[in-house]
Amino acid sequence: MRDYLFILLGTALVNNVVLVRFLGLCPFMGVSNKVDSAMGMGLATTFVLTLAVSICWLLERYVLMPLDIQFLRILAFILVIAALVQFTEMFIRKASPMLYQVLGIYLPLITTNCAVFGMALLNIQQPHSLLESLLFGFGSALGFTLVLVLFAGLRERLALANVPEAFAGAPIGFIAAGLLSLAFMGFVGLPTR
Amino acid sequence: MSGNYRGVFVDGLWRNNVVFAQMLALCPLMAVTTTATNGLGMGLATTGVLLTSNVVIASCRDLISQEVRIPVFVLLIAALVSLADMAINAWLHELYKVLGLFIPLIVVNCSVLGRAEVFASKRAVLASAVDGLAMGLGYTLALILIGGCREILGSATLFAHASLLLGDGFAFLETTLIPQYKGFLLMLLPPGGFLVLGFLLAGKRATERRWERRAAGRSKAVTRAQQSPSAV
Repeated sequence: MRDYLFILLGTALVNNVVLVRFLGLCPFMGVSNKVDSAMGMGLATTFVLTLAVSICWLLERYVLMPLDIQFLRILAFILVIAALVQFTEMFIRKASPMLYQVLGIYLPLITTNCAVFGMALLNIQQPHSLLESLLFGFGSALGFTLVLVLFAGLRERLALANVPEAFAGAPIGFIAAGLLSLAFMGFVGLPTR
Repeated sequence: MSGNYRGVFVDGLWRNNVVFAQMLALCPLMAVTTTATNGLGMGLATTGVLLTSNVVIASCRDLISQEVRIPVFVLLIAALVSLADMAINAWLHELYKVLGLFIPLIVVNCSVLGRAEVFASKRAVLASAVDGLAMGLGYTLALILIGGCREILGSATLFAHASLLLGDGFAFLETTLIPQYKGFLLMLLPPGGFLVLGFLLAGKRATERRWERRAAGRSKAVTRAQQSPSAV
């Protein structure tokens, strides 16, 4: 039980996907203008990331490894992720049109989110079981959502601030992200195992 | 036609630079640029993939139907990246160990798919090759610039371990600026990447504004010179 908690904490805070591992920076900079859209993106990514990491683990363990065709890993994983995003989109449209309206354009964008692909690859490099993989994916997705929402809040305040002309917009956003990342370095002291 | 290619290069290196103008492909940019050498290696790998994917996609653009083009592009790029991954693992194993995860991640590098969709799927093979090369070089330049800044500030060296990672031919690049430098760890840690990119973006914007102002000043002087005889 303790191990599972540590995986969750370790991926969400200590080795945060965005600020420490540098994965998923494009949505981090792209859809963090408003807290609402950041929340939507975070939810959609959480769903896809958790499923993708687990399914890629199954694929690696039961298909690629027995057949000894691990050199096809990149192709296989990207196919799984693209298909998963497509199915998620179809499922959500049927099951809950409301949620589909909210998530809208963010769903297809997840295919090119390198956090999903990167975490799937990182997960199989570690001796995880299926449940641990599930938590690994879920924890990192939680970390992604947390940072995305925090940063969106920061940017809403920054939009009102009076910054030098050359720094307005993206440059000051990067500097704020740097400071946020500095704050997250403080979690390094937490135990991860 | 040669003027056209020059425009493509200006686009790739400065005006429409992947990093400084489009703000794409940021993940590998931040993650590997603790030294300029890593930046150079990552940049060359990405340039190779961009160039070949542009050529392949431009040469079979008539065979791919409009509806399924995105999945086909993604699969083609994934195949090319698999090749690059294996090639770097075989011939530049030290570099492979440093870049690690970020070589397979070229698949989800939005700039590669972006160029395939915007440029290579509509143009001839040669033009696409030039575009891929220009965009890749622009990206490499950005990687080296950020890697260089972080390396100089963080450990006062430039292109450290180049001969180890890229082969003996690159040994001449290795320089140490300040011997016995104490080190500025922050620049090598993740926050340094964000801070350096923020300042470089602001610098690019300030430079462009100065050029604009100078151009505006010159054109104003020209119009005044043209108007003054008629006024007299």
